[in-house]
Amino acid sequence: MAPMTLDELRKLRESKRREFAQRTEGEGRTEIVIGMGTCGIAAGAKAAFSAIVDQVALHGLENVVVKQTGCMGLCAAEPTVEVVRPGMPGVVYGRVDEEVGRQIVDRHLLKGELLGEHLFDKPAADLLRPASGRA
Amino acid sequence: MHACLADLASELGQNAWESGASRIFLRVREAGERVEIECRDNGCGMDAATAGRVFDPRFSDARKHPDRRFGLGLPFVKQTAEATGGDARLETRPGNGCAVIAVFGRRHVDLPPLGDLPAAFAGLMAFEGEYELTIERERDGRSYRVRRSELRAALGELRSAPALSMAKDWLASHEEAAQGKGNHHGSNDT
Repeated sequence: MAPMTLDELRKLRESKRREFAQRTEGEGRTEIVIGMGTCGIAAGAKAAFSAIVDQVALHGLENVVVKQTGCMGLCAAEPTVEVVRPGMPGVVYGRVDEEVGRQIVDRHLLKGELLGEHLFDKPAADLLRPASGRA
Repeated sequence: MHACLADLASELGQNAWESGASRIFLRVREAGERVEIECRDNGCGMDAATAGRVFDPRFSDARKHPDRRFGLGLPFVKQTAEATGGDARLETRPGNGCAVIAVFGRRHVDLPPLGDLPAAFAGLMAFEGEYELTIERERDGRSYRVRRSELRAALGELRSAPALSMAKDWLASHEEAAQGKGNHHGSNDT
């Protein structure tokens, strides 16, 4: 494939957006937050990020926003992915590889199911205090 | 530790963003016997005492995690560089940003694989806030360069997963060309 120009990228985006718009109309916004601290990166957060954005794009879910954050203290459970979907409790998943990332999209986002085997509650207790990091 | 060079690039880019930088420059260059990863930012920088300790894995500024005393990101970069016959160095002053330059031996048996650079670059484009990130990638004279503002202008935004997926595809098409793989789609993971 020849390298894509920015203008080709813009046209592709516009056509996909029109195609997807009808599928996502009227739904609230889902946020996916991927831990990209050193621990997350070392454990494969980039592969999880890549799999999740591709799977969301495959389903054309325009209302899914992906954010990244640093370490939330669950280093042993990295890569961690927090999901906040309208109508469901916000949860943190641990040990999210590419396959689990795709399942988060297929099951949690599309079907409203929690992936119990990868579920964590909240950040580690010693980190639940105000920090002065970047907002 | 980090499995591939793309992870080290992610690490440096994430550090730069966390420093509050409004401008970040990241270059991954393979040329001759060397691989270089260079990251420059105009963020908060650090004083000499802090700069002298950042490659120590037992040092952290503890800003993010008050009770945790490890900072492994830059030590991983330096360890990997040194293991391949290269080195990593930091140039910084308080209020004047940081530059990290890591050099790796390209033919060294301990050089990690390149990894998925398009995913690493797309991830670095996706942090929150207003910042300009310029990516430069060069491999034996073939190169591409892109700014975050250009991708955002083409895609409208860089927050939704579909936009980020397309940014990654765009970067992958350029990475394939830089690697001389002109005729097929596929991951750059090795």
